[in-house]
Amino acid sequence: MNLNAFWEYANPKKFIQTADRLLPWFAGLAAVTLVGGLIWGFFFTPADYRQGSTVKIIYLHVPSALMAINAWLMMLVTSLIWIVRRHHVSALAARAAAPVGMVMTLIALVTGAIWGQPMWGTWWAWDPRLTSFLILFLFYLGYIALWEAIENDDTAADLTSILCLVGSVFALLSRYAVNFWNQGLHQGASLSLDKEENVADVFWYPLLVCIAGFVFLFIALVLMRTRTEIRARRMRALLTRERMEA
Amino acid sequence: MMPDLGKYADAVLSSYAVSILMIVVVVLLSVRRSNRVKRELQELESKVKSNG
Repeated sequence: MNLNAFWEYANPKKFIQTADRLLPWFAGLAAVTLVGGLIWGFFFTPADYRQGSTVKIIYLHVPSALMAINAWLMMLVTSLIWIVRRHHVSALAARAAAPVGMVMTLIALVTGAIWGQPMWGTWWAWDPRLTSFLILFLFYLGYIALWEAIENDDTAADLTSILCLVGSVFALLSRYAVNFWNQGLHQGASLSLDKEENVADVFWYPLLVCIAGFVFLFIALVLMRTRTEIRARRMRALLTRERMEA
Repeated sequence: MMPDLGKYADAVLSSYAVSILMIVVVVLLSVRRSNRVKRELQELESKVKSNG
């Protein structure tokens, strides 16, 4: 496999052409799997013997929490590509992913609070996983605000990339907080390669479909938003050139 | 058709309502901005072209 072919997508024109081609497929896959998975989970799975019908929140809570962390990791990779190779498309892809990741984090926090109230008797606890997720959410806000606050695109990309590196610590902490501290209210991972640790099959299969739905939705949104950021950057460049010529 | 959610109906339904609303909002905002930026760039490029 020729790795150099990968770098062709650093060309904004090539990226937009590819995004135009892929977007309908990912959007279609997202619609089918997300709607299908949520209908399956909500209407056609039983209540859990301990958690009752609140178990149905798992189809929103687990995929959104998973994507909240993975979106930041995707931003980390694209930020590193920017730092090392200075490809604008990779910095813009990180910028495009941030609001989507922030929404995923917010969904995980809100559904977690709503689920926690009947199960733990409280909406919120300063538990390691909950706290690290809240900090991750604040990092998303800070990252988006930093992009908006700096006028020069390259400077903004440099500073947000550094912020992304620092925030990655919290993205990892929120994933492994339960294992690191082994305390608090939140249970361990619902998903595991070990079948014994997984949720029961009747919940597991619709959960997998919902996770696929969230992944496809994330890819579709990031493709669309990166394409938009590339066009917005081109527009800013043209306007700057016009102002200088005037 | 509606499953029996028992005493947790409020929790389950509000989770679904809030999450679906947030997903719909982020999709709509992304699509709207995509269309607006595309249109504005086309207008700007044709203006630049016509100005030589």
